[in-house]
Amino acid sequence: MIIAERKPLAEIIEMVQDCKKILVLACRGCVTVCSAGGEREAEILASLIRLGLKKAGKSAEVSDASLVRQCDKEYINGIDQFKDQYDAIVSTACGVGVNFIANLRPDDNVFPALNTTFFGGSSEQGIWTEQCAGCGDCVLHLTGGLCPVARCAKSLMNGPCGGSVDGRCEIDAEVNCIWQMIYDRMGRLQRQEELFASAPICDWSTAGHGGPRKQVREDLTV
Amino acid sequence: MSFTPDIRLFSCHYTSQQSCADQGHKLQQLDFPENVTMTRVVCTGKLEEITLLKAFEDGADGVYVVGCPADGCHNVKGSQRAAKRVEAVRSALGELGLEKDRAKMFFLPRGLHPEFVDVAQEMTDHIAELGPSPF
Repeated sequence: MIIAERKPLAEIIEMVQDCKKILVLACRGCVTVCSAGGEREAEILASLIRLGLKKAGKSAEVSDASLVRQCDKEYINGIDQFKDQYDAIVSTACGVGVNFIANLRPDDNVFPALNTTFFGGSSEQGIWTEQCAGCGDCVLHLTGGLCPVARCAKSLMNGPCGGSVDGRCEIDAEVNCIWQMIYDRMGRLQRQEELFASAPICDWSTAGHGGPRKQVREDLTV
Repeated sequence: MSFTPDIRLFSCHYTSQQSCADQGHKLQQLDFPENVTMTRVVCTGKLEEITLLKAFEDGADGVYVVGCPADGCHNVKGSQRAAKRVEAVRSALGELGLEKDRAKMFFLPRGLHPEFVDVAQEMTDHIAELGPSPF
């Protein structure tokens, strides 16, 4: 899922300091699961915005609501029910949600409440780790299911590098060297000899270096 | 100029059980500060961050939570969870440029102990020093 975290309050309050009616709009998708932008977090943020504006000597009507998701047109249409109730939306969705509101509501002010950080999973309660970089050319079948693009600091395709020491990465002793993990795992799977094959120079055009990406499924379009 | 702070206490059902004996008269006899408004909850682990923030929105100058000892909670981890939520509120107060100590967590044993009154007085004195909340 997409992982995100709330922006510093000062940054959010500065965005909305001149607004009179603010709608803090939660997303019930990924950001609910990672406790960054669901209904509970939107209610908390609305309260904090009210307190922050009051402290700054300003006042605004701040309400909160939620959409099932903010990354689909039909759900964004749900904003219609709040018509005339806001002059700015503070979205607690990931960056996709903010973009979708901006795309589909050309005359509405929309501000991001979160910093969208990575694609990850919850390794234990309250802890999320990056697992995938969305590079568009998956090599997990070659690496035992462990991603060198997202989980190697250098995104090496032929690791490990010389900075791997005792299974740890040189950037931080707390960070596992993913290439050591790949090597060990391929050994357990009796596939270690596959790692002798050199990966070719990587074509990063699928990773966003070729501009914004788009996917079309003709069988699903109407 | 003297200032009597408006303080809201959210207390664990068990910790405050004896404090409510005789319809609260015992507390009065022990000089429990009148400016502290107590709300009893089934377990402090049930408290949400928003409940504490709403108390500030409602005009509280200080908010504190009293739960079971961290290693002896009736509901195992309730008071530990409450402490984390209080810490989140303290952090948010800091972000808003306020004194974090306007929100505090206390762990106290069950029953009517002198500490229950002591922490109420401690909060009253400390918040009085800090002055009124700007909210």
